[in-house]
Amino acid sequence: MLGQQFVTAAAIAASVLFILSLGGLSNQEKAKRAVWYGIIGMAIAVVFTALGPGVGGFGWIIPLVVIGGGVGAYIAKRVEMTQMPQLVAALHSFVGLAAVFIGLNADLERRRVLASQAAGNVNESFSAFAALVAEKTPAELTFLQVEVVLGIFIGALTFTGSVIAFGKLSGKIDGKPRQFPGGHALNAGATGLSVLLAALYLNGAGVWTLLLLALLAFFIGWHLIMGIGGADMPVVVSMLNSYSGWAAAAIGFTLSSDLLIVTGALVGSSGAILSYIMCKAMNRKFINVILGGFGGSQGPAAEIEGEQVAIDTGGVASALNEADRVIIVPGYGMAVAQAQSAVSDLVRKLRDAGKEIRFGIHPVAGRLPGHMNVLLAEARVPYDIVLEMDEINDDFASTDVVIVIGSNDIVNPAAQEDPNSPIAGMPVLRVWEAEQVFVCKRGQGTGYSGIENPLFFKDNTRMYYGDARGSIESLLPLID
Amino acid sequence: MIIGAPRERAEHEARVALTPESARQIQKLGHECCVEAGAGAAADFTDQAYRDAGVTVVEGAEALWQAVDIVIKVREPDETEAGYLREDQTLIAFFWPAQNEAMLERCRETGATVIAMDMVPRISRAQKMDALSSTANIVGYRAVMEAGNQFGRFFTGQVTAAGKVPPAKVLVVGAGVAGLSAIGTATSLGAVVRAFDVRPEVAEQIESMGAEFLFLDFEDSQDGSESGGYASPSSPEFREKQLALFREQAPEVDIVITTALIPGRPAPKLWLDDMVAAMKPGSVVIDLAAERGGNCDSTVVDERVVTDNGVIVTGFTDFPSRMATQASLLYGNNIRHMLNDLTPEKDGQVVHDMEDDVIRGVTVTHQGEVTYPPPPPKVQAIAAAKPEPKEPEPTREEKQAAEQAAFKKQTLSQAAMLAVGGVLMLLLGMVAPPSFMQHFIVFALSCFVGYQVIWNVSHALHTPLMAVTNAISSIVILGAILQIGSGSWVVALLSGIAVLMASINIFGGFLVTRRMLAMFQKS
Repeated sequence: MLGQQFVTAAAIAASVLFILSLGGLSNQEKAKRAVWYGIIGMAIAVVFTALGPGVGGFGWIIPLVVIGGGVGAYIAKRVEMTQMPQLVAALHSFVGLAAVFIGLNADLERRRVLASQAAGNVNESFSAFAALVAEKTPAELTFLQVEVVLGIFIGALTFTGSVIAFGKLSGKIDGKPRQFPGGHALNAGATGLSVLLAALYLNGAGVWTLLLLALLAFFIGWHLIMGIGGADMPVVVSMLNSYSGWAAAAIGFTLSSDLLIVTGALVGSSGAILSYIMCKAMNRKFINVILGGFGGSQGPAAEIEGEQVAIDTGGVASALNEADRVIIVPGYGMAVAQAQSAVSDLVRKLRDAGKEIRFGIHPVAGRLPGHMNVLLAEARVPYDIVLEMDEINDDFASTDVVIVIGSNDIVNPAAQEDPNSPIAGMPVLRVWEAEQVFVCKRGQGTGYSGIENPLFFKDNTRMYYGDARGSIESLLPLID
Repeated sequence: MIIGAPRERAEHEARVALTPESARQIQKLGHECCVEAGAGAAADFTDQAYRDAGVTVVEGAEALWQAVDIVIKVREPDETEAGYLREDQTLIAFFWPAQNEAMLERCRETGATVIAMDMVPRISRAQKMDALSSTANIVGYRAVMEAGNQFGRFFTGQVTAAGKVPPAKVLVVGAGVAGLSAIGTATSLGAVVRAFDVRPEVAEQIESMGAEFLFLDFEDSQDGSESGGYASPSSPEFREKQLALFREQAPEVDIVITTALIPGRPAPKLWLDDMVAAMKPGSVVIDLAAERGGNCDSTVVDERVVTDNGVIVTGFTDFPSRMATQASLLYGNNIRHMLNDLTPEKDGQVVHDMEDDVIRGVTVTHQGEVTYPPPPPKVQAIAAAKPEPKEPEPTREEKQAAEQAAFKKQTLSQAAMLAVGGVLMLLLGMVAPPSFMQHFIVFALSCFVGYQVIWNVSHALHTPLMAVTNAISSIVILGAILQIGSGSWVVALLSGIAVLMASINIFGGFLVTRRMLAMFQKS
């Protein structure tokens, strides 16, 4: 049994390690080391806390950690990289639900300790958390209740929200926005009711208020995310990531644990920044994404003239054979068609022929921030040729061939040229400045935002219709 | 339908409207192809090559005209050919309806449909059938080749053991398709190229081809977009300035290629006798406007003239026929695209849709009516250049003032936010117990640390970032560990479940992050 001072020392070490582990993600090589900081930090935190004063129930803890660890390791090993978005969403839901349970427990323990003290059992010895509660002053206990309410509310919201996000990302739930009649008024009503229940709880009402509060938050999380379309999920997942952090921080206040507070704040701000980056890349307000739908057109969209000219495999291949500088712009369509390894083969062949090949990645390409980078890395595309939008946008003008694979809105010139377009002002990859653009696309449909893409009608654009994977694979033998 | 190309009867015409290559494509549209024996000989396409492409070779012009539904030709029909034309037939050729009114009337009487390839409207959809552009491209290229043939020196500058050679200086007047093609060819041969055009908006195109645009500073410059991308006649004052500019260039340049044409008018005289006289002996003037009177005073149509001071002036008009193979291949493709538009279902059935801008534009007689000139196309040829109101460049002081104002605004908003935050903290401090405030300091500082750390994370690693934050947010497991030893079985059960879920998360999150990071490989 270790003293409290050891547990605190361990908490400091773990906090520093967590910060280092996030900071190390600034580049790919450092990151490989940084993940170990995180793992060691977590190990130190768990072991020292478990060995701290007053902790019992090892007969429970150890088998549960072993089982949970086994399941986690199995999932981590088996998951396909295209399924990363839904995995992340699913894992968020666990944090959310765990936070709800811990919050409820905190209240149950509070009641138990208060009841015991009222009965005059001054000498009864409490276990770890209960011992903490027993020392609190009445004002501190009131704050404990506020923290419990916040922890449960955010945790519950995160739980159902993540479950729905998981469903939408994995295709188990229809990706279209769906809501009950009443829409956001219903959410607002539920939130109002939650505030009322919280007030009741703080004034001494029973544990049923907390349970009801959790149910309402479950409803809000479910209803809110059901109303958001599948392609907005990157923002939603980042937001839920942020919430899971805030829930952890709230629990940290409840437990008076600085380690939880630090970690929760780190995760919370990380998710918030990711959401901000995503929204900025779509030129949309966060609130607008969460409430669903585009802002609506401000006037008639500019007429598009010209026609979409198709090209066959031979044409694309000969253009590639002649080109010196090529940029590939992948989108969610590449992941859907599982075309990344075919793309990687193409890149290898072209690089062997001495051509300069690079990738241009838009921040919202894919269904998770940075998703495209992971998919390309899995297909063994070297990361130093995979560039961000800001790094590559000025190079399109000096590029011979651009291949757009399964992306649409992120290369839409209307965002810059047509002030009436619903996506006006969104930063896009300026692929049309290149000498030639090939768009690898299934058919003549519009993108997620449902608007026409003038890129497809430009004189230097050729449409290479077909399934992305099949198209790229049929290109391979023609490249010399 | 049966489509056939007769042999061209006009003198010096070596092109043919059907090539074996275009025939293969036309057959894919469901049509059958015929060609008159020997039609492709002058363009180096043998009858056997046609047969190999599945084309029926027919002896004699009359037999061919009888056999086919659509006649495709290069030049307008002569009197004999017009005699073969019958009511249900379609003729596709360069027709020049404005200059050939008698022939237009003659064809109308037969009741046949005539499609004039020179009337293709200049819209982007019709570019693939714009035979004038594809011909002009060849003319521009060939003009430089002719100039090189006549010119006694290198195009490119060289420093050789035997001495230094200066590069040839080429002036191209008129930057239409032919002019731009000439600019491109001459620059790639290494010459120093200058170019002039009355439409200032083509300056960018000229410079993109590698030539220097001779800029004429004149108030009332032309906007080519109003006239469908073509030049229009200029005012006398403008003309004077233009000639002065050329006079300045004349002693310097070695080769002049003039391509200035105004639709429906004789070619403007731009290279006058005194300019020719000012040129160095051995210099060359290639006048591409010779057919319409020529841009140069000394031009004689289809002749090579050497002036008294030794300047060579050529007025050849048969450049496309001098490159008959290339010209036929491109023209054949233009025709093929036209047939493609006429056969929308690709089933060999021609649908003559007079509602279609392009088909309406090219049709000059249809069902016994003269349909020339066509109404203006529904789609604007070239989007009218919108005058861009130029914002006055802000002066240094204005810039500074704007920067200062922005800085002040930022300071104010930051100060306001800090003030509001401070007041909120004070309010919180009034009610919160001291232990809470201590934790709150940690919380606030951690948010700042998080903010700084996360902005440094590379965009490429955002997915691993989410996975790892996921894993460490399972630090809530500590709460469950602290509670699991409680006496209450409900509490123990709930914390047990929490421990289980958090463990899945910790192991899953960290391991998947590690797996992802291991995949990132440097090249």
